[in-house]
Amino acid sequence: MEDLSLHILDVVENATAAGATLVEITIRRDQSRDLLEIIIADNGRGMDPEMAARVRDPFVTTRTTRRVGMGLPLLEQSAQEAGGTLALESQPGRGTRVHATFQDSHIDRRPLGDIAETMVTLLLGNPEVDFLFTADFGDEPTVIDTRELRAELGQTPLTAPDVLRLIRETIARGVASDAAADQEEDGGRNDG
Amino acid sequence: MAKLKIEDLKRIKESTKGTVNLRDGEYRVKVTVHMGTCGIAAGARKVLGAFRAALEESGANDVILTTSGCAGLCNHEPMATIEVRDAAPVKYIKLDEEKVQRIFQEHVIEGRPVAEYALSMGSETTH
Repeated sequence: MEDLSLHILDVVENATAAGATLVEITIRRDQSRDLLEIIIADNGRGMDPEMAARVRDPFVTTRTTRRVGMGLPLLEQSAQEAGGTLALESQPGRGTRVHATFQDSHIDRRPLGDIAETMVTLLLGNPEVDFLFTADFGDEPTVIDTRELRAELGQTPLTAPDVLRLIRETIARGVASDAAADQEEDGGRNDG
Repeated sequence: MAKLKIEDLKRIKESTKGTVNLRDGEYRVKVTVHMGTCGIAAGARKVLGAFRAALEESGANDVILTTSGCAGLCNHEPMATIEVRDAAPVKYIKLDEEKVQRIFQEHVIEGRPVAEYALSMGSETTH
């Protein structure tokens, strides 16, 4: 995967395929600890301990169309390349939580990529699933809760072009301030 | 940081009042972009974005756009399946934004499959 937004898309597609009705996606940066975290928690069918232990093996998958599953192994590789880790918690019938960490300033830390496009893709492809998206870069977080949006929209679907555009712009603005922070770091650290 | 304004949602809700919301089974064309790990790594998100842009531009209200998992032909990704009601579904392979433009216009809008980008026709359907 070229960037972290594509990893998020991939892992969340797993969550919705596991029957999740709510997926919580959190991207968090803690500058004081030089830490970038991605947490994806779903209420899908979960995995038993045996499957959870084996799922990082690329030759394990629940799919029947082919016999290898690459999603989590690829994310783990990306985390490890940037001095981070991948933690997985899962309970049958309760859901799965994937927690990837990255050393934020690590030279091999992949860029965030187009997070807004990932969210729009997920909304379009999973109209029956709710998402709680949080981007927390140390300032006031950007939060999109589709349950609130649905209550507000009534009959208008979340996938209506105008709604998708609004969600896209909101997330892009929230993540843009992060891109600015990236540049600041590149151009010499500004502690002010 | 960025906030989604409730007034904006209300405005959208007002402006979409009276327009038809497609429910499953009411569409003329269904476009499915395969969004497995293989598809995503090969550029499926861009392909979906191109279909989304083409759909918005066309203003067509009888087309639904969705995603599915890996189709089992990972070396042919990015792929999309187009189902026109009462016609054989067509699987397109190795898509890019340019191919999507042409497929959208000729197949989705005009009903003529683009044979040169297709892998197979009539192999499966979701309805």
